[in-house]
Amino acid sequence: MPPTTRLTRRAALALPAAAALVRPAAARTRGELMNVSYDPTRELYRRINPAFSETYARAADADIAVRMSHGGSGAQARSVIDGLDADVVTLALAHDIDAIAAAGRIAPNWQSRLPDNASPYTSTIVFLVRTGNPKKIENWDDLTRADVQVITPNPKTSGGARWNFLAAYAWALDTAMGNEVRAKAFMQRLFHNVPVLDTGARGATLTFTRRGLGDVLLAWENEAFLALKEEGAGAFQIVVPPVSILAEPPVAVVDQVVDRRGTRKAAQAYLEFLYSPEGQEICARNYYRPRMKTVADKFQDLFPKLKLFNIDERFGGWARAHATFFADGAIFDQVYQPGG
Amino acid sequence: MSSVALRTDGSLARPILIALAMLVAGVVLGLPLAIVLVEAFARGPGTYLAALVDPDTIDAIALTLIVALCSVSVTTVFGIAAAWCIARFTFRGRSLLLTLIDLPFSVSPVIAGLVQVLLFGRRGWLGPFLAAHDVRIVFALPGIVLATVFVTLPFVARELMPLMQEQGAEEEEAALSLGASGWQTFRRVTLPNIRFALLTGVLLANARAMGEFGAVSVVSGHIRGATNTMPLQVEILFNDYQIEAAFAVASVLALLALVTLGLKLALERRQSVLLTTKGSAP
Repeated sequence: MPPTTRLTRRAALALPAAAALVRPAAARTRGELMNVSYDPTRELYRRINPAFSETYARAADADIAVRMSHGGSGAQARSVIDGLDADVVTLALAHDIDAIAAAGRIAPNWQSRLPDNASPYTSTIVFLVRTGNPKKIENWDDLTRADVQVITPNPKTSGGARWNFLAAYAWALDTAMGNEVRAKAFMQRLFHNVPVLDTGARGATLTFTRRGLGDVLLAWENEAFLALKEEGAGAFQIVVPPVSILAEPPVAVVDQVVDRRGTRKAAQAYLEFLYSPEGQEICARNYYRPRMKTVADKFQDLFPKLKLFNIDERFGGWARAHATFFADGAIFDQVYQPGG
Repeated sequence: MSSVALRTDGSLARPILIALAMLVAGVVLGLPLAIVLVEAFARGPGTYLAALVDPDTIDAIALTLIVALCSVSVTTVFGIAAAWCIARFTFRGRSLLLTLIDLPFSVSPVIAGLVQVLLFGRRGWLGPFLAAHDVRIVFALPGIVLATVFVTLPFVARELMPLMQEQGAEEEEAALSLGASGWQTFRRVTLPNIRFALLTGVLLANARAMGEFGAVSVVSGHIRGATNTMPLQVEILFNDYQIEAAFAVASVLALLALVTLGLKLALERRQSVLLTTKGSAP
């Protein structure tokens, strides 16, 4: 990031008291957006934000700085419901934005206001294993072997963990010819192999890479790629299962906030930038699967091909999936016994 | 029996116990601190300094100092007032006040944060009122200060109460009977008598305020460059794969704690010197 951009950003964003002291006299419109996001997007938006600011400065003749807040997707949604004034939310799954909409801060039709289910990029769930794959983990059923320890975060707090859970469950259900009892027994055996549940995806990644726990990490594809990049490719490798879930992390403008602060135009432009060729390319470079065909073709060697099913066809959408699997007393609670 | 044995074998038991205490303190307290410093400088002083001049980190340091200043001020004023009331008077609700002062010691800081959200959050009791007047408390500076006040509140009061009770009210009564005003009495009699305990309480409260994680984490909203204090910034940097930067910020936090500890030590030295001279005087 060039230092000048950083400086303007500081000046525009400092605490009100400090801003009064350091704000330079300027004629251009200045503004600020806050993007409340989930855990693994830290590196993505660190690159998206300055690119957007530059584009928007040229197009709209206004300096917009973007602030970030990251955390577990569910926890972030709750903060927005409790009053965290996000102009846009970019979360891990539609259910979390639905919850904000149910609290009246976002219009109920949010998912149809932008293309592709309001998900500008997609991802999937893959396995991260230690180099050489010493435990020979190739497919979902290997996760239930007695000699395998699995690292995955807590589906109650982490969006990524929910995608993990649904991907494994769908595989189990298909293998068991639709027998739900056997699918649940499979999940029970899988979670028996989970020594610790972190609250967020990044915490689980660091548990696997830094603390050296477990034989396999169930991770977002983007998170697994990033771990390879950050920790050196020598220590870990990605195993792509033959079938997995199409994860669609959605984005939305928070109507109640943008209308009060008068930031709708910039917020809308920010989300649209994610769909632009430039935005899509930044997504791909940060290991999120781009939606735009031309960009996807350009990066096709990066993303392995596998059979992907989607949540709407498979589980009837997030509202149903949440009620069936993650609500209190639902399937996750039935199959997971802490310390088990 | 064992205590007798201890006393007779004092020549041996004492060095062993001292060595053991030193060892435990060294391993449990000293070693982690050393590791923080080693890790912080692992990639050289250049990386260390670069980590500290990062704008988000500078904002975190500034916010931490602002929050500490605000919350310790409140804690100090409250502490003096509460200790004075409790030491000088018996009144209905005195033991209730005593219990309340101790509450933050027994309640988890996370609860302190959650209470702010339940009270001042958008769906909280005062949420609609605050929203109507465009006042922001949670996910902003006031919420962070309030949560920190909650966890630091007992420190000054607890430090002053036993001292003021022990000292009694005679000197203050003498001053008043000689015609001093309430404020003069406080400034010229009460304050000098409690100054060391007061400073100790302030320093302890300050250390706690700067280091608080749980309570602040709940009300912060984790907005980068705006509502992250230093402990939160350490966590963020660690999770961002910026391990050296995380340790650099942690080392500054540790340094602030060490300065506080050093000040407290110097204060205690000075106090004991003063007390001995005062005590030996006829």
